[in-house]
Amino acid sequence: MNHRDLVLGRVRRALADVPREELPGQTPLARDYLRVHGDRTPEESAALLATHLTDYRAHVHHCGTDELPAVLARLMAQRGSRSAVVPAGVPDAWLPGDIERVRDSPAMTPHDLDAVGSVVTGCAVAIAETGTLVLDASPDQGRRRITLVPDHHICVVRVPVQVVDSVPQALERLDPARPQTWISGPSATSDIELDRVEGVHGPRTLDVVLLAES
Amino acid sequence: MSVTYVGMPPFPEAADASTRDERLRGNLRHATHTIRDKRATAVAELADWPELRTAGAEIKDRTLRHLDHYLEQLEAAVTRAGGTVHWAADAAEANRIVTRLVEATGESEVVKVKSMATQEIGLNEALAEAGISAYETDLAELIVQLGDDHPSHILVPAIHRNREEIREIFRTRMGRWGRAAPENLSDRPADLAEAARLHLREKFLNAKVGVSGANFMVAESGTLVVVESEGNGRMCLTLPETLISVVGIEKVVPTWRDLEVFLQLLPRSSTAERMNPYTSTWTGTTESDGPRDFHLVLLDNGRTDTLADRVGRQALRCIRCSACLNVCPVYERAGGHAYGSPYPGPIGAILTPQLDAMETGLDASLPYASSLCGACYEVCPVAIDIPEVLVHLRERVVQGGPVTVRGQRTTVRPAKGHAAERAAMRAASWTFDHPRALRAGERLASRARRLVPRTLPGPGKGWTDSRDIPSLPPESFRDWWRRTRGPGTRPGAETRPAARESGTGESGAAPEGGRE
Repeated sequence: MNHRDLVLGRVRRALADVPREELPGQTPLARDYLRVHGDRTPEESAALLATHLTDYRAHVHHCGTDELPAVLARLMAQRGSRSAVVPAGVPDAWLPGDIERVRDSPAMTPHDLDAVGSVVTGCAVAIAETGTLVLDASPDQGRRRITLVPDHHICVVRVPVQVVDSVPQALERLDPARPQTWISGPSATSDIELDRVEGVHGPRTLDVVLLAES
Repeated sequence: MSVTYVGMPPFPEAADASTRDERLRGNLRHATHTIRDKRATAVAELADWPELRTAGAEIKDRTLRHLDHYLEQLEAAVTRAGGTVHWAADAAEANRIVTRLVEATGESEVVKVKSMATQEIGLNEALAEAGISAYETDLAELIVQLGDDHPSHILVPAIHRNREEIREIFRTRMGRWGRAAPENLSDRPADLAEAARLHLREKFLNAKVGVSGANFMVAESGTLVVVESEGNGRMCLTLPETLISVVGIEKVVPTWRDLEVFLQLLPRSSTAERMNPYTSTWTGTTESDGPRDFHLVLLDNGRTDTLADRVGRQALRCIRCSACLNVCPVYERAGGHAYGSPYPGPIGAILTPQLDAMETGLDASLPYASSLCGACYEVCPVAIDIPEVLVHLRERVVQGGPVTVRGQRTTVRPAKGHAAERAAMRAASWTFDHPRALRAGERLASRARRLVPRTLPGPGKGWTDSRDIPSLPPESFRDWWRRTRGPGTRPGAETRPAARESGTGESGAAPEGGRE
């Protein structure tokens, strides 16, 4: 017997006590939990997002559309990086004039990405209650690997439209068919004596720019 | 194949050694107390934690009661999204499938994300036999692998090692597997993590095959979810050309929306964070983003046998958060290795023997690795009543009974070594049914109470190895009651106990009296 039939057969025999008339999805499931933990204005949600991002050692910056190129230029200069991987969907108007914009393409190997200083992306949604940025590989976010290999990630969040309060609200907005990366602060480990060390394999510096849209 | 490690002694023997290891005790005390306090704070932030917990349990039960339906739905969705689904009834088949898939790529190295399922089936050893090197990339798993050691905690597997030991392992072993640690490596955690980063980066950037587990699989969409902290997971899930995920069949949840419960329950219960640094989700394959080939190996390996047990099946709700380890007084003192399998602590004490169908001496000892204090149940984010299952499994050990082994219903015999316990319980049961014998026994015990030794002789010795004999009172409760409240001493008082005893009371007492 093939293993598929074997396993499914065992499952069905194991569930002999489940009444025949009980259909999947009919067992009790009370979703009595809260959709949101607290009642906030959009400004309060953005402030909470900033607080929680900072808690997990992301650097948070605020600016308007006009100032964005200058902010990005400063953040890259602080890291000493002259080149940035930028996905195709990021507007040119975001970027400072004097950096080398590296276009991502499937031909780029992980080694190529490793040689680039920074990566600049947008995001799909940001979750205030948990301090989380969600990337879903849309054109302004690019392939998953570009936000992974370079050591410096600058993520631009459009406020307030991209900010939700809670995990349930975020999932509602997301399409499971798209590959996603949920990011809450830079990578970290507590594997040695539970001593928290920030920055293991992902980008060691995470800058989040909360872009106020007028 | 057994889930337990080869040659592991029963829990009491292993714990007898580990509880004497003061460094281990110190490391564990620090670790468990730190995480447990942080968890309490993270959980207290959510006013609706009890409701989330109930929903978590109900979603898992809903899935388990129709597991065949959801597995078929998952298989169809993954296949539609470009993945290939394989089924493995046991560890040997899962290892065969993965080995064959790696061989088909022509590669002899794979990078691995920390995965309980692949530890359970001994995948690294199976791949090594086929000449394939599997590199663990989680920092703690790297420490364990380089140190030729076993993990001792679900979340922080190298928690039994301190920084000096880790530096020594890195200095002496790293060079054999790839980029060596720097000569002057210090024992600061940040420096140790940096050495691991450099050592592993070389592996990630060159990797062609990744192997992972998954925290959740969404049946309706075919989406897999991996929750992690370091970014090694993202590396293994996105850079290689081929990704092979080995996942227990109980990891399925019905809908994408169900993740709203588990992505709140898991991080706070596990690392005590609002959210873990990285969560990856993927559905089959995506054109030019991530692996070109995706294989999902659905693993049974004793899970359907566990599912067949109506009391024990709740263990399959487990989301591997490790909260139960951090609150367990037995785990804190004995350490993870004494449990002899990748699943230590309270959850291991109910999961390992069930996955194994109680086939080893270690399995039969695990349900006793608990004081039944219930702290594990309190913190479990999916409300697994671990004490209930422990007691159920103890009954199975002592009395034997019906179990399912590799899909076949069978009856196990009582485990060896419990004959005295069974005899004692039978004797106690008879005595409690025969009040006159009970009274005589109690009076004899009271009069002889100064003669009771500190440890019992004969078959009782094992029992008193780890327990004090209770001190006997000068007078039994029943004698005291008769003397102070019995018929004649206080007219109008409750006299039923005495009446029952004399056999002259109302209905229910008569048959008992008649048997004296």
